Amino acid sequence: MSTFAQRLFPAALLSGLMAAAPVAAQTLDEKVNAIFASSTGWFVSLIFANFPGTTFPWIVAWLVIAATVFTLYFGFVQFRAFPHSISLVKGDYSDPDDAGEVSHFQALATALSGTVGLGNIAGVAVAVGIGGPGATFWMILAGLMGMASKFTECTLGVKYRNEYADGTVSGGPMYYMTKGFTERNLPGGKFLAIMFSIFCILGSLGGGNMFQANQAHAQITNVLGDYPGWITGIIFAAIVFAVIIGGLKSIASVTEKIVPLMGVIYVGTALIILLMNFQHIGAAFGQIFEGAFTGLGVAGGMVGALIQGFKRAAFSNEAGVGSAAIAHSAVRTKEPITEGYVSLLEPFIDTVVICTMTALVIIITGQLMTDPETGLLVLNEAGTIQTLGGNSGVELTSAAFSSAFSWFRYVLAIAVILFAFSTMISWSYYGLKAWTFLFGEGRTKEITYKIMFCIFIVIGAAANLGPVIDFSDAAIFAMAVVNVFALYFLMPLVKDEMHSYVARLRSGEIRKFV
Amino acid sequence: MSRKIVVGFDGSEASRRALDFAVSRAKLQGDSILIVHILEWSPYSFLTPNEIEERHRRRKEELERAENAIITPVLKEIEAQGVQVSAVMKYGHIADTICKIAKTEDAALIIIGRMGNSGLSTRIFGSVAGTLAQIAPVPVTIVP
Repeated sequence: MSTFAQRLFPAALLSGLMAAAPVAAQTLDEKVNAIFASSTGWFVSLIFANFPGTTFPWIVAWLVIAATVFTLYFGFVQFRAFPHSISLVKGDYSDPDDAGEVSHFQALATALSGTVGLGNIAGVAVAVGIGGPGATFWMILAGLMGMASKFTECTLGVKYRNEYADGTVSGGPMYYMTKGFTERNLPGGKFLAIMFSIFCILGSLGGGNMFQANQAHAQITNVLGDYPGWITGIIFAAIVFAVIIGGLKSIASVTEKIVPLMGVIYVGTALIILLMNFQHIGAAFGQIFEGAFTGLGVAGGMVGALIQGFKRAAFSNEAGVGSAAIAHSAVRTKEPITEGYVSLLEPFIDTVVICTMTALVIIITGQLMTDPETGLLVLNEAGTIQTLGGNSGVELTSAAFSSAFSWFRYVLAIAVILFAFSTMISWSYYGLKAWTFLFGEGRTKEITYKIMFCIFIVIGAAANLGPVIDFSDAAIFAMAVVNVFALYFLMPLVKDEMHSYVARLRSGEIRKFV
Repeated sequence: MSRKIVVGFDGSEASRRALDFAVSRAKLQGDSILIVHILEWSPYSFLTPNEIEERHRRRKEELERAENAIITPVLKEIEAQGVQVSAVMKYGHIADTICKIAKTEDAALIIIGRMGNSGLSTRIFGSVAGTLAQIAPVPVTIVP
């Protein structure tokens, strides 16, 4: 870090910053945190309000019902179309003479680099730390159902994207809300698009930015020792600034190439740990299944596990949120539905595969404390599960992986920083698309958003986990409120597309090229 | 008998030597030349959201640039020498695509220039000439 920091700051300034850090930063962190918590509290309370007389947040039900509706409406498309989705990603249906455009694989990989990240590492740890192993079951179920939500939104994203004269494309929920509603003669499309854009900007500053900076800082201090968050924030902000404003595309493209590699290393290490503890996997799944329906002594019981599972799944794979529809819209395909099929693989890879692996590693390495007499999980005063060493979030995952390989915390630290960085780049793009939809294209307008984005990186790194994670969730879930509402009205259009495509596929009109 | 010779051409010195060699042969034997210009492209490379958005525009720019700066001038020059010549531009893996074109065009020969890269980069990334020598469906002439 020192070499890199010295490139960014003159040596004298840097040593001054480091010397002044302990005193100045603590007060600054606390100040930022207090202002942040008090100014966003109402928003968080509104989004996560419970049904009257229960502890069940209405927003969780909203997403569960939506995913169920799409699953039933499209006849379990996520299971029926799974093999075809894989064929599309492999390029079996791509005309070789069309080569040179964006392939389905590239669109999927790009969207995944925005979703695979801290949610899979820190988010899962939070879910299992509060909801117990049972949260994993609900997370997997939410991932499987969420595949239908993603299928719906990404098909619409491509169908209603804007194609400009210079050959660039822009798409996302804002566009299908306006164009799709007009096509169906429905009122309110423009209003929904504006609401979505506002929440998307907030989400890009929250979950796509502050949460990433916050957890990256937590991971760095875990390895290097404690130092103030704003230093990490400023360094991150400077790099992101260089990429999104300075036009240093090389940093982004290098990250985009390293991120899949880190993903492979992460999953590979998880697999090795699981293979080393092969005999415990059955028991771990037993805990996951039992905990899903009994709560295993978790605060909130089964419902607590369910809520945590669904919350973290939605935060990790973003199904129903509408962000992926922005990423997938730019793919070049003649058939919008093909991108729907491809995108449904995203929650599967993100949640069903990667998140489950993280959860299994945490459970198998015995990070969650159980009472030897009752066999129930031990809760601390905060109502969360007591862990070995009192870790939570990304530190819990780090501890779980490091218990098998002590060096892994360094790999994880690098992975977290890169994941955080690539997620920030992706979300800066999503937020910008919403911003330009609201305020129009233009260099000054774009730079205003980008500078704001960079400022929020510093705030995110300096604030404590609590208020940041709450705000992140709330902003992203608010996007889902508007998006899912629009999807209900537009899903018949997706069904028409699907029927037409399937008929042509069966008749042989659409054929394999490989 | 008149035959078709496929020449891999990217405007580099090496490809120029290959083309000159092909032209001299074509003049002697009455062969025709098919200039093949491949823009390296993989469906499995990783792109940023911005790159995806601009991909279509960039593709058009790349094609225009290749046609104007590389292909059109060389076509005119060879036609002026009285050799029958045509050109094709494609996206894809260079060696694979040249082989496919040689097959579909029923070419008798592929001529390619040797870049002369040695050592690590060739070991890691492979060389077009080396790959063609391994997989080409017709004889390959590698011009040093």
